[in-house]
Amino acid sequence: MAVVSRGFRGRGRQDPALPPGQYLTEDFPVLSAGPTPRVSLDTWELSVADEVGRSRSWSWAEFQRLPVERFTTDIHCVTKWSKLGTSWEGVSLDTLLADVETSADHALVTSYGGYTTNLPLEDLMDGKAWVAFGYDGEPLHPEHGGPARLLVPHLYLWKSAKWVRRIQLLDQDEPGFWESLGYHNYGDPWREQRYWED
Amino acid sequence: MARAAVLGRLTWRVASVVEVRAETATARTLLLDVPGWPGHLPGQHVDVRLTADDGYSTQRSYSIASAPGQPTVDLTVEAVEEGEVSPYLTDVVGPGDEFELRGPIGGWFVWRSDDPALVLLVAGGSGSVPLMAMIRTRAATGATAPFRLVYSVRTPESAIYADELRRLAADGAVDVTLVHTRRSPTGSARPPGRLDAALLESAAWPAADAPAVFVCGPTGFVEAAATLLVAAGHDPARIKTERFGPTGGAR
Repeated sequence: MAVVSRGFRGRGRQDPALPPGQYLTEDFPVLSAGPTPRVSLDTWELSVADEVGRSRSWSWAEFQRLPVERFTTDIHCVTKWSKLGTSWEGVSLDTLLADVETSADHALVTSYGGYTTNLPLEDLMDGKAWVAFGYDGEPLHPEHGGPARLLVPHLYLWKSAKWVRRIQLLDQDEPGFWESLGYHNYGDPWREQRYWED
Repeated sequence: MARAAVLGRLTWRVASVVEVRAETATARTLLLDVPGWPGHLPGQHVDVRLTADDGYSTQRSYSIASAPGQPTVDLTVEAVEEGEVSPYLTDVVGPGDEFELRGPIGGWFVWRSDDPALVLLVAGGSGSVPLMAMIRTRAATGATAPFRLVYSVRTPESAIYADELRRLAADGAVDVTLVHTRRSPTGSARPPGRLDAALLESAAWPAADAPAVFVCGPTGFVEAAATLLVAAGHDPARIKTERFGPTGGAR
């Protein structure tokens, strides 16, 4: 039974587009565990490696030649803010994984700067995930993960690794940075999976 | 190691307000009695859930200001203009009022009192709250790691914990450098201005001493401070940050 807080009224109505415990923001807050890495496009590289060590990689120029998708989606941060109808440009993970033959079930994503996060591979497929490099019609700002970040909008935003560098497919699940520090291993906002055992 | 900071499932607990302390014109500290509180590390935060009598509820995160092991868990809240929750916590809540919270949360932005490394704390505005928990923990545990705090505030009156920081500095617990961005104290040799490389060099531990660095404040402040620290040679891996508010916020 909830404790009623005396005299609290609040906004009075939860927008049905918002997952439980989230509030709407018009800003674009920044949450990062360390300094923003400055990644040069001259040396930028994205790689996908499978569970037996085969890998392929793209330079920035090669990456820019891949088919681009423009999409609009809602995003939800575990720190409680949600932002609705955000516009992005990016390359679908389906494109990046198209030539990968794998029996792996898991992925560990690594960023410039050393951040990591883990996801089930199926959450990266079938139009659910992108490597995004444009936001709101402009190049993605470094604070928000530019030059390119993973975007998996159906999970809390810490899964959408900023400054993405490598996607490693794995047979065994391996917890990433926040997943080792008390945050939920899967992170579905609609089931409010914020922390361990939520 | 990190797992020690989180103790299994985080359940919602009822917090009762014991006392409300005015810190500045816009910040209040709520001293909370939280039965069953499992303890915390300085730097961690809690989720607060408020529920209206019509059943509407909403959640926000607030940093813990107090050292672990104290009779109360203290949250310092800065009122955000037009905010849904913070003005309620700063202006409406009084002793005896109750709300729910769960925590402690976050196993990264924490200081451990057995870590002998030099500590550099860099705060902007109410970003001083989790750093104050670290300073208080150092004092409460008798730890000897040398601490320096560089604290950016708009005016002398907007510095949270100013009297306590003065006392702690006089005791040698922490070296404090206040940076005033809008108005300096009367008689100050330094005109108001933002934290810059020269000021950081004079106030911070040198990068060569490899301090553990904690930076907390509005996004724009943290971006600027972290960039200065990296440019001064600090290893990005030793700089832990916590940001709040919108992109480019100038607060």
